[in-house]
Amino acid sequence: MSDADVDAIVPRKAPSLLRSAGVRYPLVDPHGVTFLYHGAADSVGLRCWIHGLPASQAFDRIEGTDDWILRIDLPPNSRIEYKFEVVRGGRVEWITDPANPLQAADPFGANSVVQGFGYVRPDWTLTDTDARTGQIDELEVVTALPGGERRIRVYVPARFRRSRRYPLLIVHDGTDFLRYASLQVVLDNLIHRLEIPPLIVALTDSPERLLEYAGHEGHARFVAMELPAVLGERFPLRDDAGARGLMGASFGAVAALHAAWRHPGRFGRLLLESGSFAFSDIGHHRRTPAFDPVARFVNQFRAAPGRPAERIYVSCGIYESLIYENRSLVPLLTEHGLSVRYEEVRDGHNWENWRDRLQGALTWLFPGPLWMVYE
Amino acid sequence: MTDLLILGPQRRAPQLSSRLAAAGMRGPIAAITAGWQEREAELAALEEHLAQPVQDLRLYTRAEAVFAEDPAYQEAYRARQATLREAQDLYRLQLEHAKAAARDLYRVQPVTPALRRARRAAVTALRRLDARHLASIGAVHRSFERQWRPAERPSIACHLTELKGIVDAASTVLIAGGHVAVLVNRLRLFGMRALLASKPIAAWSAGAMALTTRVLLFHDRPPQGAGIAEVFERGLDLVPDAVFLPHAETRLALDDGERMALLARRLRPACCYTLDDGDWLLFRDGVLCAGAGSRRLVRAGPPAAIEACA
Repeated sequence: MSDADVDAIVPRKAPSLLRSAGVRYPLVDPHGVTFLYHGAADSVGLRCWIHGLPASQAFDRIEGTDDWILRIDLPPNSRIEYKFEVVRGGRVEWITDPANPLQAADPFGANSVVQGFGYVRPDWTLTDTDARTGQIDELEVVTALPGGERRIRVYVPARFRRSRRYPLLIVHDGTDFLRYASLQVVLDNLIHRLEIPPLIVALTDSPERLLEYAGHEGHARFVAMELPAVLGERFPLRDDAGARGLMGASFGAVAALHAAWRHPGRFGRLLLESGSFAFSDIGHHRRTPAFDPVARFVNQFRAAPGRPAERIYVSCGIYESLIYENRSLVPLLTEHGLSVRYEEVRDGHNWENWRDRLQGALTWLFPGPLWMVYE
Repeated sequence: MTDLLILGPQRRAPQLSSRLAAAGMRGPIAAITAGWQEREAELAALEEHLAQPVQDLRLYTRAEAVFAEDPAYQEAYRARQATLREAQDLYRLQLEHAKAAARDLYRVQPVTPALRRARRAAVTALRRLDARHLASIGAVHRSFERQWRPAERPSIACHLTELKGIVDAASTVLIAGGHVAVLVNRLRLFGMRALLASKPIAAWSAGAMALTTRVLLFHDRPPQGAGIAEVFERGLDLVPDAVFLPHAETRLALDDGERMALLARRLRPACCYTLDDGDWLLFRDGVLCAGAGSRRLVRAGPPAAIEACA
């Protein structure tokens, strides 16, 4: 697309056309996206957490109006989350885009979402009325971790039968995966489509995730030993490592890799999304102190990876600052003979990215009876 | 040959009851639901739909009992399955290349006499590969049965009289869908072909697949892998010139006429019937009668409607 084409879409010289009937903002074209903000302000910026771009990108005010406009390049199939940074009378406020109804929730609130040209939300992330729904049970698990007891949610698939033995998947930040990554809908749909087998899924949470997910021995023991033992008493589980998986995103991915590494043979499947795998080849990593124990573990892991699992799925958004660390992990794993599936996407460090990867990850780690079952 | 009623999936819009009535298939009903595995014989919904009791042959449960009672046989059975899995893996590897060659040749333009010959040769290669695989599966089964003589083993023989009694007492035997490998293996284990050969049968989805000579596994858009249909097993051979394709609308790229035509050419002379919600086929004394909307794959273009019966 030429600049002239872009001008035709974004009529910079004819501000009144900005508000033509039918034009909705953000305005997506094959090469980028145009944002419009209307309101009195001293300045307006775009915060979109794309690694490699400035933290805040300034809007231009359309002369003689309270309209502010910004166009950025955005490759096809991208998905970004953003906020507007509005400065008014010296006061800075981060707000969602008033013109954009599309938002993504996360534990910190919500961001506006731009779906770049060509991006389509996968249909298997949406409720399918044909799919039978599993249920979420709750149980208390006694642990050696601080507090002595943890409340665990457990996804039990539809048509559960005690006479069958089920694979087990343990999920870090399980409640957030349910809330922000539609995990239950995804599980229901993929099981219904026969793309994964019926699974028992343990949804764990931590009151101190930055501590417990950062290479913590007690946590590793909890997910590798204590929790599977309790679940094995409650549910009919297969007891081979190939039918036991561990999953997490961000710090949760660190916790998953660490637990599998510290307890080799316990997990045959690992699902690691946007792992916070900080490391240093020499000197100090350049992240916050919360990453100190992470870097200690990852440095140890890089020195002696062993065989944490038979199959490891790794994904990362290329707009994340963690892309370097994740890209660095893949050759290390493959050089040690591990079966690795790596996926990069034009997305950021967010729950909808992690949601959109679940089909590719779960169907590779736990292939379902798709080819065999015709009901 | 007797009545064989073939139906599409029965979950969303069951029509079993009405089609049985329309075909005049009345009386006591027995069922084979081994494809449901651990849910076998959970018949409440089926009995409610039919408004009559159904006796399940419990082939899945019986097979589990056989394996528990006869460890030597179970071990041999597992070894046979491992042999078949290896054969399937090797066949699949060859199939990927043969299918790619055929697909590429059908994309080349313009069509010249030499290209036509090359296309025919590519389809012939696929057909030979399928035939060789099916023959090797048959050889594995024959060898196993010669060596182990399942019907003569006490662990299995004790079920056969009872199964014969149930089948003889039924006017119609239903074969439900589900896991086609489990279903076919249990049907073979208990020698069901002989019991069912002259019995009116109503079968759907995997149950229908099990009645054919070639059980074909298929999915054009799987989340992993190339999506190449593969011959998997020998079925009961009660509908020898047919391949049934349940859930075709979701599993097959029906709008890809070239792909569908290639599948039809590959599997001829068998006719490939799609089985979606509402579809039905009645084979009565070898004559086919079909419901409106039922389709079959053809040698050129997308699937064609089968002329409906009055």
